[in-house]
Amino acid sequence: MAAGFWDYIVESMPSILEGLVYSVKLFFLVGIITLPLSMLVAVAAARGPKWFKGIYKVYSWLFQGSPLMLQLYLAYYGLPFFDVILPVDFVVITVFVLCFTAYQSEIFRGGIISTDIGQYEACQVLGMTKVQTMLRVVIPQTVRKVLPSTCSQAIVLFKDTSLVATIGVGDLLRSARALVIRDLRIDAFVVVLVIYLIISSILVAIFNKMEKKYSIYV
Amino acid sequence: MELFNYILTIMPMMLTGLVTTLHMYFWSAIFVIPLAIFFAFLKVSGPRPIRWILNVYTWAWRGTPLLLQLMVAIFGLPTIGINISNKFAVAAVVFCLNNTAYVTEIMRSAIESVDKGQYEACQVLGFSRVWTILRVIIPQSIRIALPPTCSMMINLIKDMALVNIISLMDLTRSAYIISNRDSTISPYVIAFIMFLLITSVLIKLFGVLEKRAMRYD
Amino acid sequence: MSQEVMIKLVDIDKSYGEVQVLKGVNLEVMRGQTISIIGPSGSGKSTLLRCINKLEAINSGYIEIEGITVASANCPDHPMASAAQVKSALGKTGMVFQSFNLFPHMTVMQNLIEAPVHVKKIPKAQAIEIAKEKLAEVGLSDKADAYPSKLSGGQKQRVAIARALAMSPDVILFDEPTSALDPELIGEVLDVIKGLAEQHMTMMVVTHEMGFAKEVSDRVIFMDNCNIVADRPPQEFFSDPDHPRIKAFLDKMLTKHG
Repeated sequence: MAAGFWDYIVESMPSILEGLVYSVKLFFLVGIITLPLSMLVAVAAARGPKWFKGIYKVYSWLFQGSPLMLQLYLAYYGLPFFDVILPVDFVVITVFVLCFTAYQSEIFRGGIISTDIGQYEACQVLGMTKVQTMLRVVIPQTVRKVLPSTCSQAIVLFKDTSLVATIGVGDLLRSARALVIRDLRIDAFVVVLVIYLIISSILVAIFNKMEKKYSIYV
Repeated sequence: MELFNYILTIMPMMLTGLVTTLHMYFWSAIFVIPLAIFFAFLKVSGPRPIRWILNVYTWAWRGTPLLLQLMVAIFGLPTIGINISNKFAVAAVVFCLNNTAYVTEIMRSAIESVDKGQYEACQVLGFSRVWTILRVIIPQSIRIALPPTCSMMINLIKDMALVNIISLMDLTRSAYIISNRDSTISPYVIAFIMFLLITSVLIKLFGVLEKRAMRYD
Repeated sequence: MSQEVMIKLVDIDKSYGEVQVLKGVNLEVMRGQTISIIGPSGSGKSTLLRCINKLEAINSGYIEIEGITVASANCPDHPMASAAQVKSALGKTGMVFQSFNLFPHMTVMQNLIEAPVHVKKIPKAQAIEIAKEKLAEVGLSDKADAYPSKLSGGQKQRVAIARALAMSPDVILFDEPTSALDPELIGEVLDVIKGLAEQHMTMMVVTHEMGFAKEVSDRVIFMDNCNIVADRPPQEFFSDPDHPRIKAFLDKMLTKHG
């Protein structure tokens, strides 16, 4: 490593930290909106009217079939052509939510439709309403069943927040790239690599714990 | 009509971009599965130091964003004196190593999920451990690993959109440049549709492949 | 024993597409009776049970529970009761399934209080008291906090019976309650059902356990070819099988089960 690594890091830390804060904020905001939204979409896609299933299919094809980066470009560069000027953060969050809801609702839908028919019958003979059956029996089981895939989606989301750097939003990666290009030193990349590694390892550890906790009923 | 004519005029450049993207996909994808099988084999039965190195490899490559890996390779390495002029090759290597890390883990867990009875049967028959893994365990685990591997390979085509940041004229970059030059959104829409078509075709292709592989079940 | 009619089925037809499952079935169940329903597989036993609590819709005929018409098809003389009445009548039936259908994400106690609290709106503390009582009745007081995955098949089915009992039903429908169990676990479940019979709980039990049918039930119903072929007290039924198909069936069951 080049001389003065630590001095350099200390000096560039504020801008890297600023980027980190943005990435973490984006991650939580998108996650908090995506999870309940995906469940709603999944319930409607699994049990809802036919027209909704049709729309859902097209939606999920559009957003799962194209790269998130291109979706970001299309929204960010495209909307101004229609004289739609929205705050960048709003555009970014909306695109991320739409994209990740496409993946997550498919995961939830799979869990809902794989719920044993006997569970529905048990609810029916106990006199539970359809809404009670969904809220108290089917959804809690689905959430536990799809926990592993949901966790890996969360890790994908955290890594994908780095894509916003390409449209000039100041996330972790953009801060680092600016530093590397300005100072022609690789150090900032090293720091950011380490930060990503630490955060994704922490996420993996948390999720493993959760999976262990919720797997006791199977 | 005007729009149609415009699309015709930009089509050659878009198609050149598409070819670059597909070209990159080919070189990124072609080595993934053999490498992943090899690495997974080493991970379950290789010597300890190699296992340790491979663990670090899959952990580090799966724990960081692909875009960052690309940037480190393209912008970072030259600052420490590693200057490779062929950016295409550098990017292909990054894509390949990234995807291989994921598929290696898929293969490894598939190998570990093969029934213990298979190992016991091989032991009773007097097979060596290496022979057991090569001839009995890996052929079975490939079929277990096939569906998630296919979805990784479909993901890889979407990852190709990242190529544009290294100023290679791929599909996404062509769209970006034409859109800037002509102040229009249509190149992005065309790129979007092209990606949709390619992923749909790949999903079909891998679907057929999975069906063929599973026909003994 | 009182002769109050608890469940009444009149001219029930049921088919799945082209396949006829029930054809002109008539049946009356008196309060306090235990009825065993036996017969070869595919004879419509389970479907009969599942029509009573409307898990399956009938194609023709009508069904009454305690005088309330809960299902009616092609019977203008016997229209369905109001939705509220039907709901309340169905609420008096409980069911125990072959595959238990316990809620895997809830503990045994949560399984037992779920419907009392959220359907009958009983205060939680009271529901817990009832649940404890029912768990004691099936001999599983120590398993209240266990998850179903930690129980044996026999224990699961006893919990399922307790879950049905916790709703204080007037009648319990058992759909092959021991068919999914290992042979050594069948006894503990049948003992629980036998205990209920001694308390004069009204029960309809679809079963392959001839010993149980003979010993515990007040009536044995033999079904074959979409209909009821015999409906007699167990002593008569087993000692004097008056129908060639019953004889053939019993011979087969007895050789199979020793």
